[in-house]
Amino acid sequence: MKRFFTVALLIMRKDLRVETRSRELFLTTLFFSVSTVLVFAFGFVRDGRPVENAVAGILWIAIAFAGTLALGRTFERERYHDVLKALLLAPVDRPAIYVGKLLSILALLGAVEVVIVPLVALLFQAPLFREPILAILLFSLGTLGFCAVGTLFGAMLVRARSRDVLLPVLLYPITIPVIIAGVRGTAALLQPEVDVAMIRAWIGMLVFFDVVFITLSLWTFEPVMTE
Amino acid sequence: MHRIFSAVIVLATIVFVCAPVFIAWAPYESTMGLVQKIFYFHLPSWAAMFVAAFVCGIASAVFLFRGRLISDRIAVASAELVVVFGLIGLVSGPLWARKAWGVWWQWDARLTMALVLWMIFIAYLLLREYGGPGSEKLAAGVAIFGMANVPFVYWSVNVWRTIHPTTNVVPTLVPGMRGPLWWSLVGFLLLYGLAMMARVRLETQRATLDRIYRDLND
Repeated sequence: MKRFFTVALLIMRKDLRVETRSRELFLTTLFFSVSTVLVFAFGFVRDGRPVENAVAGILWIAIAFAGTLALGRTFERERYHDVLKALLLAPVDRPAIYVGKLLSILALLGAVEVVIVPLVALLFQAPLFREPILAILLFSLGTLGFCAVGTLFGAMLVRARSRDVLLPVLLYPITIPVIIAGVRGTAALLQPEVDVAMIRAWIGMLVFFDVVFITLSLWTFEPVMTE
Repeated sequence: MHRIFSAVIVLATIVFVCAPVFIAWAPYESTMGLVQKIFYFHLPSWAAMFVAAFVCGIASAVFLFRGRLISDRIAVASAELVVVFGLIGLVSGPLWARKAWGVWWQWDARLTMALVLWMIFIAYLLLREYGGPGSEKLAAGVAIFGMANVPFVYWSVNVWRTIHPTTNVVPTLVPGMRGPLWWSLVGFLLLYGLAMMARVRLETQRATLDRIYRDLND
């Protein structure tokens, strides 16, 4: 068990070291999500104010788009020098590789969200942090669910053709519950009176989703990755 | 296999030939009139789609963990039928909705859920078609995820919104309508079984042909 987490942490440290040296993924993903927000602002801002509930949608679409881009690029990097194949050849638990990749993508997307969420709150005058703990829980559980499915799909598509287009094609329909929970939960946060019961219900569903899909990913990672 | 197939063909033909007669005999619904009869077509097609989706998920899990080729063939045949039956449901639904709700499409819980499930299986087929060699295994993973997703989509879109007639519409039906509905349901399930068997047979023959071709080249 200890070895499992050592391997996962080593893989995460490798990814983060590559990333801190180049900062390629962080900067491009961040810039991309800011551009997405800008494009949506033109669609959903009338008379200087955003349409009701639009902020929640804009925020989660920006996160989903940025996440897809980050996932695609992360695994593209692994493909260049057959890194993923080398990892799979290593005498370690295969699910540990999945957990390591999941942690590094979470760290990356988390870093992007730390910038983008307050920025959206600021640009659209959205009071996102009146219930800070619930807000942080909602965003972290939603991101975890999205990345849990995304990491497995990203990893398995490494050896598929047309992987760039197939990743969002597969990922979005499966992560619909996460997106609905994120958007509706955020909308409940933004009500004049914060709808705490509603946010708790969505957080509960996200916990279930995360548990089920992380378990499923750990379970299917090995058979899916081996030829 | 051949004998079962012929028997099912005969049975399905009888069911489908009689179905229009029974549907025509069924009483008219007081408010919607003739349009309500789409129901005998609409509900069975969704039922067949859900059965096919379930079969695809189970077959994919068996393929992924046991490596049985036949289960992969059942999975791909069922996934294609999910898309076909889903399309029938998605076409017949709006025809009814226009009359009942005044709009072609509503973002109602059941409609959204059916659409999401349908799209998951389109994604599955796209992966198999364009994923290149080895994509059957990846697609099997997607099918398992898709099946596990059903309760989550169901719950989340239900909280999001709901206006569709609920499942308890069936027990409240006039007795005269219940018979044709069950009849059509059996018909659609037979059609699913038939199409699946034919498709699995096609896949098996294709694999045999590939093997013979390879052997000849060697």
